[in-house]
Amino acid sequence: MWISILFSGVQALLEYLSAHVLACLVPAFFIAGAISSMIRKEVILKYFGPGANKGLSYAVASVAGTVLAVCSCTILPLFSGIYTMGAGIGPATTFLYSGPAINLLAIIYSARLLGGDLGLARAAGAVSFSIIIGLIMSAVFEKKRKEKAEFAPAANPEKPQKSGLATLLFFADLVAILFMGAWGKWWTVSFLLAMLLILLKLWFTKEEVLSWLRSTWQFVLLILPWLLVGVFAAGIIKAILPPEVIQTWVGGNALRPNFIASVVGALMYFATLTEVPILKAFLDLGMGKGPALALLLAGPALSLPNMLVIRSIMGTKKALVYIGLVVVMSTLIGMIFGNFVF
Amino acid sequence: MKVQILGIGCPKCRKLEANARKAIDELGIDAEVEKVQDIKKISTFGVMMTPALTIDGKVKCSGEIASPEKIKKWLQEAG
Repeated sequence: MWISILFSGVQALLEYLSAHVLACLVPAFFIAGAISSMIRKEVILKYFGPGANKGLSYAVASVAGTVLAVCSCTILPLFSGIYTMGAGIGPATTFLYSGPAINLLAIIYSARLLGGDLGLARAAGAVSFSIIIGLIMSAVFEKKRKEKAEFAPAANPEKPQKSGLATLLFFADLVAILFMGAWGKWWTVSFLLAMLLILLKLWFTKEEVLSWLRSTWQFVLLILPWLLVGVFAAGIIKAILPPEVIQTWVGGNALRPNFIASVVGALMYFATLTEVPILKAFLDLGMGKGPALALLLAGPALSLPNMLVIRSIMGTKKALVYIGLVVVMSTLIGMIFGNFVF
Repeated sequence: MKVQILGIGCPKCRKLEANARKAIDELGIDAEVEKVQDIKKISTFGVMMTPALTIDGKVKCSGEIASPEKIKKWLQEAG
């Protein structure tokens, strides 16, 4: 019995490695590396300060995850910083909710593996509802907060910004490679690669290129092992979970399946990106698309260990309200998309 | 001299700590390395991106893994 279960896990791994599902992640890793090594984060952080325009704070917080967030170990300190020193509880919770859902690797991977509609819904749902959650948290709690600590963003004076045009062309080229690669246009890809080399040769120093490659490699080391574990686990889930269980609990798009998916997602811990292959297994077993989206939204934003940290930063009451909001909102988005969009 | 590594314990923070220790060893100076993992304490430094490194309470970098060479330079400047 258990041999066939293990076999199913191994088979899932082999299928992944041979079917080039992970190939779409290669350019994505390079883009993530480029973002972390070349974009000055201070420019973004400035919108999270106490004096920043509130509307802008929310808008930036809802999309900043694309650039800033890669794993929960970057999200939690940022959340704590925005909450205690900066723009306050509203933008902080907005960022906390949308961050993990819209990081670049997660969107690309979800779209590729689960389908473009679910990938897009994940990003759009996270961005719009994160703002609502932030506004609610701010309406409920903001007035009770008195003193704010002095905000002193630490500067990194030694990181010079590249000229705008060079950076823009560089990123445009990387993104183009990603899309053309996913499409299978290999001639265009090789042309784009040649262009990339020319760009690097003309405008980038050796030190910059090295630091880009280094941070790319760090992402691979950080994420890939967990991802493979997730794929393996997904294979095992498919072998041992009878489809009836999934269909009874999270099939269809009614309130109950969406709510269950959202609660389970909130409690479970997913290492970066592992939620995607595991969800794929659930979908194959008959999970509805609405509940799948609910789980995608509540899952990476919350987990038990994560809740404890949030509680220690905001206090028990606020943490409970936040957790409640996440579960309710994720359920709602799941239902809306499940019934009207997919 | 006191070097603090701010970070909640992810692989990046451990890498930065290793780099700091390497820099201190290579300079052969006497410096204490302390890890700050409490997220509230990290916030009091004004740091939002981890990992970060401070020397004698002053933030030298945040959100990046500084190389041993860079850290050596900061250590020498701090004297």
